[in-house]
Amino acid sequence: MSTKPTSNKPRTLYEKIWDAHVVDRRDDGTCLIYIDRHLVHEVTSPQAFEGLRVAGRTVRRPDLTLAVPDHNLPTTPRRAADGSRLPIADLESAQQLAALESNAPEFGIRYIDATAPEQGIVHVVGPEQGFSQPGTTIVCGDSHTSCHGGIGALAFGIGTSEVEHVLATQTLLLKQSKTMEIRVDGKLGFGVSPKDVILAIIGRIGAAGGTGYVIEYTGNVFREMSVEGRLTVSNMSIEGGARAGLIAPDETVFAYLEGRPMAPKGAEWDKAVAWWKTLPSDPGAVYDKVVIIDAAEISPSVTWGTSPEDVVPITGVVPDPDSFADPSKQEAARKSLAYMGLTPGMRMVDVPLEHIFIGSCTNSRIEDLRAAAAVAKGRKVSSRIKQALVVPGSGLVKLQAEAEGLDRIFLDAGFEWREPGCSMCLAMNPDKVPPGERCASTSNRNFVGRQGPGSRTHLLSPEMAAAAAINGHLSDVRDMMGGR
Amino acid sequence: MDQLRTVEGRAFPLGRKNVDTDVIIPAHYLKTISRIGLGKGAFETVRAEPGNVFDDPEYAGSPILIAGDNFGCGSSREHAAWALNDMGIKAVIAPSFSDIFSGNAFKNGILTVVLPQEAVDRLLEVAKTDPIAIDLEHCSVTTPFQDRFEFEIDSFRRNCLMKGLDEIGLTLAMDSKISAYETRLATERSWLSA
Ligand code: SF4
Repeated sequence: MSTKPTSNKPRTLYEKIWDAHVVDRRDDGTCLIYIDRHLVHEVTSPQAFEGLRVAGRTVRRPDLTLAVPDHNLPTTPRRAADGSRLPIADLESAQQLAALESNAPEFGIRYIDATAPEQGIVHVVGPEQGFSQPGTTIVCGDSHTSCHGGIGALAFGIGTSEVEHVLATQTLLLKQSKTMEIRVDGKLGFGVSPKDVILAIIGRIGAAGGTGYVIEYTGNVFREMSVEGRLTVSNMSIEGGARAGLIAPDETVFAYLEGRPMAPKGAEWDKAVAWWKTLPSDPGAVYDKVVIIDAAEISPSVTWGTSPEDVVPITGVVPDPDSFADPSKQEAARKSLAYMGLTPGMRMVDVPLEHIFIGSCTNSRIEDLRAAAAVAKGRKVSSRIKQALVVPGSGLVKLQAEAEGLDRIFLDAGFEWREPGCSMCLAMNPDKVPPGERCASTSNRNFVGRQGPGSRTHLLSPEMAAAAAINGHLSDVRDMMGGR
Repeated sequence: MDQLRTVEGRAFPLGRKNVDTDVIIPAHYLKTISRIGLGKGAFETVRAEPGNVFDDPEYAGSPILIAGDNFGCGSSREHAAWALNDMGIKAVIAPSFSDIFSGNAFKNGILTVVLPQEAVDRLLEVAKTDPIAIDLEHCSVTTPFQDRFEFEIDSFRRNCLMKGLDEIGLTLAMDSKISAYETRLATERSWLSA
């Protein structure tokens, strides 16, 4: 429980959190791990609740569970002018939402309603409410749960059977992962955002590079990064193949959490902070693998293919598949380029676009919106862009942005200002990119069909997405930030 | 979960190889919010064939399915096991299974029996006219004609199936350990409980 070491060996942050959550250790090394926080949404939970009902089981710790709908809610207004709730047209989505709305009270779980200001994407809501805390184990039926590692929590996605297992037992049977340190030291260049940092990391280690590992991001770049930026980085750990990512909790995180609705208060707060301060990796702790990246080498980046590892600096060109050493990567690159409708040697800044999506659990927090608005301010979205969406990560982010006048900046420039949710990140709701059309997106996956069947996705930062919207093609945001 | 010691009765003599999860339950049935009721979509493409075993009254309600190599290959959807469960199938016999499918079957209380092709061929023959019996206690499959085939099964899985323990049930059996952990948690990290 206490992060009691089994020996005096220096331990990593991951090992300390793991040790603190072992309920039972088996001979084969499998551990029963206690889960401190369980986030539940409408898509991966209905069969889990049904399983409980059929077996006559209850939720063991409703107080450690929080439910909020996000994946397939439309991002158009949710209430009519008279205040009544508007129905969801898609039958399947409506059913899943209705199931969560009735399952939550039936099992005594806290539920954030689709129309509440606190509603938003699970991975935005968790930290924002202070539900996600350093040193906790956090699970959710969504692979980007790794996001919460940005505040120093061991957080990972699970499937429906595991959702049911956690609801019933508050534990999971797991094998300990290997550890990978990714250290980025130095000074980030002008116009380089946290999104560029994680894209560069995935470009370096590859989409399967982290398989079997939990990553800890270290170095002054992360120490100096805001909590929002850390969440962006850790969010995409899964795109590098790692189950989870972690950044050591520090004063920046404590300041972010203090006073949030579900954060500890008073004496409990002091006790929590004292424990959180024991979590960072010990000097001399050994990682199974270490990757070192020089911050100065990272540029504003975009993806060109259908894997998040297909990253180039915005100043670069579409690569020639033959330039890859690995024959299977050559083949994959050829397929990607055919799907993406790109030819080798084409400059990335010449890639024309039809859609812009600023949102998703990767980049929909207030800092992201501020960064995008700073570029959009006083400018107009290009006439070739068919749709430019800005989708805040939560109702509270939306209110904050409106208080700062960011909504006006976006609307004046010709962006649409939407209600919070997953939106065009995964095309389970009405926000989709039509077949063959191209989207500059601040989300986390550029897989085939991710934003709708036949959709073509280029991942990038919010400021780069705003620049792309103004120019109608992928663009180097630095040219629009007054140079250096 | 129900205890499973023996499964006796008629068997669907499907026989074919590489029955993937899309054949067991097509993708358009995945939009459901329930794991109950999927039986009606099970083997939809097979059922479209005239004279198929699933619509033959001879086999109605059979608790056993006999198939060829690599049963349950393809996508990892747990819906395949849910669909078989909903059809009332308690055991599947085949020369081999996809790992993910047999894991999902086990999680849902379905026994997967691996037997050599010759044994499967003989059982397919018998199944056309007579019942067969699977005994998990003795790890054997028998017929009214003195056939007897023994099979191997992971002892942990066998134990769970015989006692009707699912993974959640097994973990709940460790309640005292979880409770002890929670007691310590409540003092050492009291801020975590709302
Ligand atoms: S925004 Fe995308 S990645 Fe994030 S929770 Fe929603 S669907 Fe998952």
